[in-house]
Amino acid sequence: MTVARGSRKTPSASKPARKTASGSRNATSVVGVDQANARHRAALLEAMLRIRRFEERCVELYSAAKIRGFVHLYIGEEAVAVGVSEALTPEDGVVSTYREHGHALARGIPAEAVMAEMYGKATGCSGGRGGSMHLFDASRRFYGGNAIVAGGIPLAAGLALADHMRARPHVTCCFFGDGAFAEGEFHETANLAALWGLPLLLVCENNLYAMGTALERHEAQTDLAMRAASYGMVAWAVDGMDVEAVESAARRAAGAIRAGAGPHFLELRTYRFRAHSMYDPDRYRDKAEVERWKARDPITRLTDRMREEGRLGERELARLEKQVAEEVDRAVEAAEQAPEEPVQDLLRHVTSAPPEGD
Amino acid sequence: MAAGRRPREAETTYREALREALREALRSDDRVFLMGEDVGRYGGCFGVSLGLLEEFGPERVRDTPLSESAFVGAGIGAALAGLRPIVEIMTVNFSLLALDQILNNAATLLHMSGGQLPVPLVIRMTTGAGRQLAAQHSHSLEGWYAHIPGIRVVAPATIDDARTMLAPALTDPDPVLIFEHGSLYNASGELDASAPPVGLDHAAVRRPGTDVSLIAYGGSLPKALDAADELATDGISAEVLDLRTLRPLDDAAIASSVARTHRAVVIDEAWRSGSLAAEVSARIAEDSFYELDAPVERVCSAEVPIPYARRLEEAALPQTADVVAAAHRAVG
Repeated sequence: MTVARGSRKTPSASKPARKTASGSRNATSVVGVDQANARHRAALLEAMLRIRRFEERCVELYSAAKIRGFVHLYIGEEAVAVGVSEALTPEDGVVSTYREHGHALARGIPAEAVMAEMYGKATGCSGGRGGSMHLFDASRRFYGGNAIVAGGIPLAAGLALADHMRARPHVTCCFFGDGAFAEGEFHETANLAALWGLPLLLVCENNLYAMGTALERHEAQTDLAMRAASYGMVAWAVDGMDVEAVESAARRAAGAIRAGAGPHFLELRTYRFRAHSMYDPDRYRDKAEVERWKARDPITRLTDRMREEGRLGERELARLEKQVAEEVDRAVEAAEQAPEEPVQDLLRHVTSAPPEGD
Repeated sequence: MAAGRRPREAETTYREALREALREALRSDDRVFLMGEDVGRYGGCFGVSLGLLEEFGPERVRDTPLSESAFVGAGIGAALAGLRPIVEIMTVNFSLLALDQILNNAATLLHMSGGQLPVPLVIRMTTGAGRQLAAQHSHSLEGWYAHIPGIRVVAPATIDDARTMLAPALTDPDPVLIFEHGSLYNASGELDASAPPVGLDHAAVRRPGTDVSLIAYGGSLPKALDAADELATDGISAEVLDLRTLRPLDDAAIASSVARTHRAVVIDEAWRSGSLAAEVSARIAEDSFYELDAPVERVCSAEVPIPYARRLEEAALPQTADVVAAAHRAVG
């Protein structure tokens, strides 16, 4: 059992591809690996930009009353969804929270399907029945979109239990926030998963606030990784603003889980730059604190690193931005044009049997 | 059927019938497993799963920690991932600890996901009073669950139903809650092995009659049958309708019984206010108003947390004499 308390670094700071190359004396192959690394970083950057620009557009659309209900923005936390998703295969399961646009996009759900869901359209990834908080895609094993804090965690344990009983080499990844630590469902499930050795990756996005209540105001003991470790599972605290650190830790944890080491817990220290939801006046946070965290923006951090190493040209960055902007434009356009779910289908999907009169 | 009587040769108890249904399900489908508190080594808190651990092993007869929310949620997740879990909760009062999972996930995921995520989960639990277990082990909250769209709620009241309702519950693509009344476990009778499967869609007339319909379910069925016997000696022919499935209600069976008898007494061990009895009465008023020759009568529990002392508990619960009196009022 390892606990990296207060660590700002991943347990393995080295990058997997480089590690592979370290023994090589062949200069050509090192160049090849560097190129692969650069491509990988560009992919991470693109994935984070997609989430950021998608959500910035959501804010505009909310102001324009195209999107309603609760919308919880992930801006600032993109490194978590993107880094963790890198460690998952298409066969793995993902359970998420109500702040899940980032998880859904990082999982590969097309921006069009997510945006259409925000619009409440029939082409949305939940047929317009879920909205921002309830994105689903069974084909990608993306199980929502759970808006009861910690309510998705037991369900994730069940997905993992099924894989465990069937001896399938899959991981179920469950995202939740620091607020979930105050819920019994987290503690019940942490115990159950450790007791049964389930292939479960518990990903705590510690953004320091349970809605408006700061971590030290809702937890008597704020070292979350240590508390998770007390259940007998491996737990690491990781810098959640560094996408490569997140990826490295998630790969290591997922690898161990696949090898039969049972549940792992990652506390990813992160921060949301925007308010809790569109209704939140954000009165409980110090503006200076928000600015301090913004200085650690995961996108800027990665682009700076790539520039320093001469691996990111301005043209390349502009190309990525343009590509993502066009993708978001297409998603909005498609959502605008998409049909509404017909009202006569209101009772569909309440049970698997067609409603009476069908 | 009579509670507390020792079974004769060839007779089966309600408990054994439930166990046989579980055994058959575990044998016939390797996706099925049983999970809950003390279902394994202890043999089930009411002895229902006794011997199943030895036959099927700890993976498929799975003891859980006392974490209702976690293991009910785990059942939901396992169902989503292709298994067919049967989750046992000790009593309906304890199920409140898992209410988030049952309502916000099991009943909701199919619709909220636009039809992508059916939850083929079976949850069994004990309900009801009559054993002096006081106010945290005795309530009848199945009517609350029957309020929820997206789940099916059933209440086997006979040995045959105890034996046969599990299989169709497991083939249902949606969550099914099975309520076993605690007073029925020792009830015994002969199991009709040749009876055709009856499914989960229909209520059943347990005794035909012409003067009044006694509409009951679960632990109230024996009381309704006893009341019908007594009414017969008074020259009143009572029909006894066993609802069997509490959601969705078999409206046609209720209406057709009332059309035969023109009078209805609804017996429900839950509290009267906002009860399933209220729902059944409202449907009779909506669907069968012009068939009625008398106001609908309800026999429910007193509006009190069920007390421990025998005399108090008996006074709180619907009794056969109360059903007889209500039927007399209806018949006039």
